Amino acid sequence: MSVQMHLGVLADPSRGSEPVDIRGEDPGALRAYLRKMVLIRRAEEIIGDRVASGEVRTPCHLAIGQEAIAVGVSASLRPTDRVFGAHRSHSHYLALGGDLEALFAEVLGRDSGCSRGMGGSMHLYAGHVGFLGSVPIVAGTVPLAVGAALAARKDGRGDIAVAYFGDGAAEEGAVHESFNLAALWKLPVLFVCENNLFSSHLHISLRQPGDRVARFAEAHGMEARTVDGNDVVAVARTVRELVGRLRRGEGPAMIEAVTYRWRGHVGPREDDDVGVNRSRDLVLWRRRDPVRRLADAMASARLLDEESFAELQTQVAEEVRDAWARAEKAPWPPREALLSRVYWHGRGQ
Amino acid sequence: MRRLRYGEAIREAFMYLLDHDPKVFVIGQGLWSPWYVGSSMTDLDKLYGPERIMDSPVSELACTGAAVGAALCGYRPIVVHPRMDFLLYAMDSIVNQAAKWAHMLGGQAHPAVTVRSIINRGGEQGAQHSQALHAWFAHVPGLRVVMPATPEDARDLLIAAVWCDDPVLYVDDRWLYELEEDVGDVTVRSLAEESPKVRRHGTDVTLVGAGYSTRLCMEAAKQLTLDGIEAEVVDLRVLNPLSIEVPAESVARTGRLCVVDGGWRTCGLAGEVMASVLERTGPRVMRAAPKRVTLPDAPAPTSRVLEEAYYPNVDTVVRAVKELF
Repeated sequence: MSVQMHLGVLADPSRGSEPVDIRGEDPGALRAYLRKMVLIRRAEEIIGDRVASGEVRTPCHLAIGQEAIAVGVSASLRPTDRVFGAHRSHSHYLALGGDLEALFAEVLGRDSGCSRGMGGSMHLYAGHVGFLGSVPIVAGTVPLAVGAALAARKDGRGDIAVAYFGDGAAEEGAVHESFNLAALWKLPVLFVCENNLFSSHLHISLRQPGDRVARFAEAHGMEARTVDGNDVVAVARTVRELVGRLRRGEGPAMIEAVTYRWRGHVGPREDDDVGVNRSRDLVLWRRRDPVRRLADAMASARLLDEESFAELQTQVAEEVRDAWARAEKAPWPPREALLSRVYWHGRGQ
Repeated sequence: MRRLRYGEAIREAFMYLLDHDPKVFVIGQGLWSPWYVGSSMTDLDKLYGPERIMDSPVSELACTGAAVGAALCGYRPIVVHPRMDFLLYAMDSIVNQAAKWAHMLGGQAHPAVTVRSIINRGGEQGAQHSQALHAWFAHVPGLRVVMPATPEDARDLLIAAVWCDDPVLYVDDRWLYELEEDVGDVTVRSLAEESPKVRRHGTDVTLVGAGYSTRLCMEAAKQLTLDGIEAEVVDLRVLNPLSIEVPAESVARTGRLCVVDGGWRTCGLAGEVMASVLERTGPRVMRAAPKRVTLPDAPAPTSRVLEEAYYPNVDTVVRAVKELF
């Protein structure tokens, strides 16, 4: 059997702008997906605006346009699962139920931030919902998730680990070592590759001989699926099935969700002047808007009308605005935090 | 009291931990093979089974990262790297992830992982099978670095490392495995409370070492008595966070300092100890300029003739100390 190297139509920006297929899906679940995606988008828009205005200085990597993946993945997770993120993890954190105001306070560097103002946008934590941490070293958390899966198997309660990473991480040795370990030891870890076709400014065609990252998982004998990452229902369905396998102890799995980020690698700009084909493709990818495609499908199925969608957006916008206003008033970390957290409980200083 | 060798002491620590703590497991290369790690882990796989003694693929980065991940989920894994040279593949997991985790996430999570790394040199093993890189790691805030010099410390500091809530790099040395000394019963210590110890009292000069270098200091001190020099020997034991009180107080009394280290000279442990001691004591107590005995700033050679010139030995230390008088 030859290796399937390429994504084909999934990476073709002129395709896939139709409403998503919601047949058989629970209406309540669909409403929840829509609300979460809108929340993530509004939250990231305000963060982007405040980066542009200079109020936020920490490097912020925005996932606008990619919201469906985290929302679809999180639908099958529970708080005792162990999720690790990367540099672009606001969406992962929020989709799991991480506190909005604490996220804002974190990017503002405040003491009430989700990492007590010590991490910024690139180091998020929400242990109570299973988000164990995010880091910007590409692929840095992938082996950690493998270890969390080893711990989950030892615990024997059917919990799983999740490693979010991008297509660029597939170029790191850490990922391949991790795949090997997870497959060898049949560990319950779901590898979630958000393939947005770009690593910083460089298109995947300039970095890999193929654009389909799932081929690496297949090479390790892992169950792997490649899906439209802008289709929240497709992501949720696929993850539901894979997570079922994981909880039953059938070994690791991978989902590759193909998507596109609307903003630059870092910061609020669209960066349509950098990278191969970006200016042309971004226009087309906006038509594959994951929020719009779900809203349209729900409208067709009479689960949503324009009025209630507008109301939802207004509610979320207010929620975001209020949370930001509270976060802005939060205190800065105390000076002693510089040294008191180097060692656990500050001992050894 | 009973006699115990350093290598066997490490093995006893593993057994103690595995017997007392179900959250402890061990992962690394060569754990099911007797030659990789000397006498320090013989038959542990047979006693505790392959789930707790996990021999691993040749993946230093992923195995170390996996240990960090398991530690974040409440386990107390020990990763074994039979040679420090190979540890460099795991730098990200140790330096970027484990060492920073508690601080960068606001003190809400902490990987209680122990990375055991063995210095294994000599025997014409050459540039990539000989390195002692403890000073690199001691440079990193958040990573505790432990270097035992005695069988008792080899055992008790390993136990303390594994039960410490912070990530710890535990560095043991194959040149010490046959060292036999009297040891007492296991003493459970809090690593954060451990600090340098005076191993031998003396009035004329302070010798400071860590791990095998402490042995060199002890042997040199014996020889120096023949010349009427009474050397005090300070064993650092914990390199990071480095506590300087004990060596500084010693130097304040003796007025002379010679630091011995099995690492390189530039930006090394010896230079750090000299600087920290002098900052504390001030120059007036010094009766001579301080000295350091280290490796030359060169990779390890293979040929035995060059090796002999490369590694500090008791004579090198004795000669250096005599120059202080």
